[in-house]
Amino acid sequence: MSGVCVVLEQKEGAIGRIGWEALAAGQWLATKLGLPVSAAVLGADVGAIAASVASKAVSKVTRIEHPLLAQYTPDGYSLALEQFIRQDSPGYLVFPHTYQVRDFVPAIAARFGEVLISDVVAIADGPVFTRQLLQGRLQGNYLHKGSGPCFVSVQAGAFRADTVQAGAGEVAGFAPAIEAPQIRTRPEPPFRGSEQTVDLGSAQFIVSVGRGIKEAENLSIVQELAKTLGAELAASRPICDNGWLPMERQVGSSGQTVAPRLYLAVGISGAIQHLVGMKGSQCIVAINKDSEAPIFEVADYGIVGDLFEVVPALIEAMKAAKA
Amino acid sequence: MKIIVAIKQVPERDAQVRIDAAGKWIDEADIQFAMNESDAFALEEGLRLKEQHGGEVIVITAGPERAGQTIREALAKGADRGIHIESNDLGSFDALGVARLLAAAIQPEGPDLVLTGLQSDDLGLGQTGVILAELLGLPHASLILHVEATESGFKVKRELEEGWFQNIELPRPALLTIQSGGNKLRYATLMGIKKAKTKEVRKATAAELGGDAAPVVVLEGIALPQKQRSTQILPGSAKDAAAALVEKLKFEARVL
Repeated sequence: MSGVCVVLEQKEGAIGRIGWEALAAGQWLATKLGLPVSAAVLGADVGAIAASVASKAVSKVTRIEHPLLAQYTPDGYSLALEQFIRQDSPGYLVFPHTYQVRDFVPAIAARFGEVLISDVVAIADGPVFTRQLLQGRLQGNYLHKGSGPCFVSVQAGAFRADTVQAGAGEVAGFAPAIEAPQIRTRPEPPFRGSEQTVDLGSAQFIVSVGRGIKEAENLSIVQELAKTLGAELAASRPICDNGWLPMERQVGSSGQTVAPRLYLAVGISGAIQHLVGMKGSQCIVAINKDSEAPIFEVADYGIVGDLFEVVPALIEAMKAAKA
Repeated sequence: MKIIVAIKQVPERDAQVRIDAAGKWIDEADIQFAMNESDAFALEEGLRLKEQHGGEVIVITAGPERAGQTIREALAKGADRGIHIESNDLGSFDALGVARLLAAAIQPEGPDLVLTGLQSDDLGLGQTGVILAELLGLPHASLILHVEATESGFKVKRELEEGWFQNIELPRPALLTIQSGGNKLRYATLMGIKKAKTKEVRKATAAELGGDAAPVVVLEGIALPQKQRSTQILPGSAKDAAAALVEKLKFEARVL
């Protein structure tokens, strides 16, 4: 058993940014271990994508192709990748931590008596894999002790896509054996939840609100702050789940990814799922009563205090500064 | 329809957590515990399906004695009975080890549907449900917001990334991991709380279920997170801090 294999997924015929980040993580891990790194892509026809990966520093890219992989199903992808792993026997498998990976990779790992080390944010000598615990309040260091392949998925933004090393790898093929009856679930085509009328992605200023606002009636104070600042109003997931703001204003892994000049987080603790949607912002301000809230890990400026006192004071200060 | 809901007791969301002396886990002495959030939504989905189609809702948990409170809470909300895999050293099991315990306890029940939360708020591994489906040989779907029982199975709404969704059909029996927010959670009624005291909770141990730890993935130690940015905390009264912030945003960060 040898080598690091990075398994990439295609999205609309391309490797997404998180895919390149996973490749960067795989190259980093392989360098640390002195092992070769390869890649694999699954689908019905992944020729173009495999070619784009083959222009990076990888020993080879395997096209795992079958007509039944045209649409993602956990059964189809598990069967195909399991067969490939049994043939290729990589020592490490690195994945982007996407919803799709979360849906099928834990099952494959179990087939090998292994456990996916999921949502990894850093890899140190050992290798020691670091992941977040308690919604980002703590970090845990994990070691792989199993005798089978080590399965790892990396969190969006933990590694940099622009550090992927260029090179030239050969392209190989792998044809898994899959029969239609083995696929037990029937997916329908994806659809958008609601008509997207707010484009938070291009907003320069965003005021974002979380659980700390306590009640829908209290939203008026953050609405006024957003108005004063000329900002779009956004929210963390619980606010949209409660129906206090429309889903299209949700920032995070299940909502929009934003990178404004200023992101002002009000009463948001900063769960991982929220942070991945906003940590690329140029300047982040956090207002929270809990000084240990994970949002302060990514903030440039913080005010620890009661938002019902701080927000009105901030509105006044901004008006005064404008005047 | 026989529905099994796997739930977990986790530290309360706002609990002030401290690292224990060994540096391996948190000091649980002064911590309040609660039902894991997405598990509460899984339970809600199970109770709604039972109300529509009849049958039985069984909750199962693996955890120390205190986790019994979370089973009682589920029973008070309307679950019919509970299974408690009692263990004080679950920390030495990895996700596969815990899923094996759950699978061994679930298998003899022969459920039509197994529901779990999407992920726990403490370890956040997000995979117990998917592994459980593999061990039980059930088709599965994850990140589910809505479940509809059909003639021969289920039609579910799955959340994808960036505001996209997808409907999926699965045969019965199946396993689903439930995302938070799909329903409004119910509260336990006084009558429910009273009834819960008389409902059956069967206890099992890891040894009885044939489980031994031998983890393949080990949590070696925990630590406070490293800061990704250097944060300036602006001190003083709300008014002073707000004024200082506006100054910083204008003249230091230059974003205003």
